[in-house]
Amino acid sequence: MTREEAFTQFLLRMGDNTLILGHRVSEWCGHAPVLEEDIALANTALDLIGQTQMWLGLAGEVQGEGKSADDLAFLRDAWDFRNVLLCEVPNGDFGRTLMRQFLFDAWHSIQLGRLMKSSDERVAAIAEKASKEVAYHLERSADTVVGLGDGTEESRRRMQEALDYLWPYVGEMFQSDDVDAEMVKAGIAPDPASLREEYDALISRILGDATLTIPESRFAHKGGRTGAMHTEHLGHLLTQMQWLQRAYPGAKW
Amino acid sequence: MKNEWPLWEIFIRGQHGMSHRHVGSLHAPDAEMAIKNARDVYTRRNEGVSIWVVEANHISASSPSDKGPLYEPSESKVYRHPTFFDIPEEVGAM
Repeated sequence: MTREEAFTQFLLRMGDNTLILGHRVSEWCGHAPVLEEDIALANTALDLIGQTQMWLGLAGEVQGEGKSADDLAFLRDAWDFRNVLLCEVPNGDFGRTLMRQFLFDAWHSIQLGRLMKSSDERVAAIAEKASKEVAYHLERSADTVVGLGDGTEESRRRMQEALDYLWPYVGEMFQSDDVDAEMVKAGIAPDPASLREEYDALISRILGDATLTIPESRFAHKGGRTGAMHTEHLGHLLTQMQWLQRAYPGAKW
Repeated sequence: MKNEWPLWEIFIRGQHGMSHRHVGSLHAPDAEMAIKNARDVYTRRNEGVSIWVVEANHISASSPSDKGPLYEPSESKVYRHPTFFDIPEEVGAM
């Protein structure tokens, strides 16, 4: 694997995370429990899709096959996606959506903090821009997790169920492979495993405030960030997200 | 509805504004979330640099039926408005 190939994979991982999660969150548009949350979720989705444009735009550039961010988003099949499985699992109820958001935001904010010191200045610039948005996402999702976790009997039960369901998807964010080793060597990105300690400290504090119990198991589903095996949910998501470009190739806004 | 979040009135100071202006209202469980919701609902397009939120039931308002006694007496007293002075040109815009 060349440096460029590894770099492209890394950028696809960043961009596919934000693309797929952004699409998932956008599914709430018009359906959220209250108007204010509806708008907030749509804003989060838009932020994530904006970040996707930057990551996938750079991925296309580094890849050097003349592909645009749109080509990468709309013309790849499920096995070409490199997002972690956490981003593609269905929304479930509002509590599960916000729990997923929190578990991702916590990782995302730490990752972007490290990427701001990347040896590649394009990566550092994207991270710098995205980190301000993500700091807000994290503040909001953490507050909501605490509010619902330390809330009514029903909201607490739902948040604990959400955490139990999503927990096996957390570990994948910290798995390292050859791509990561190459990125570490080039000083472009940190070793994912090196984020775990900071992550655990952050989520333990918030989930503690939320009176929720972190499951003991460290079992982790995997296969998303390597593309080896996505969940069955990703294909369904892509049929929604990609149908227009598939049915009307090259259609412009 | 009993379980509905309280209503908050939102005040935003714009980029060049000197004072906070009322922009609307929204629902939120507490003051912190009201500020966050206001950020998402009212400042998405760079409208503000500062947000105040006040729970609506903490605002006391004049009653519309008091309109007469409260405001009418001032309507016929044009001399309360300083519109009768000639302003020297060198003063410039007031």
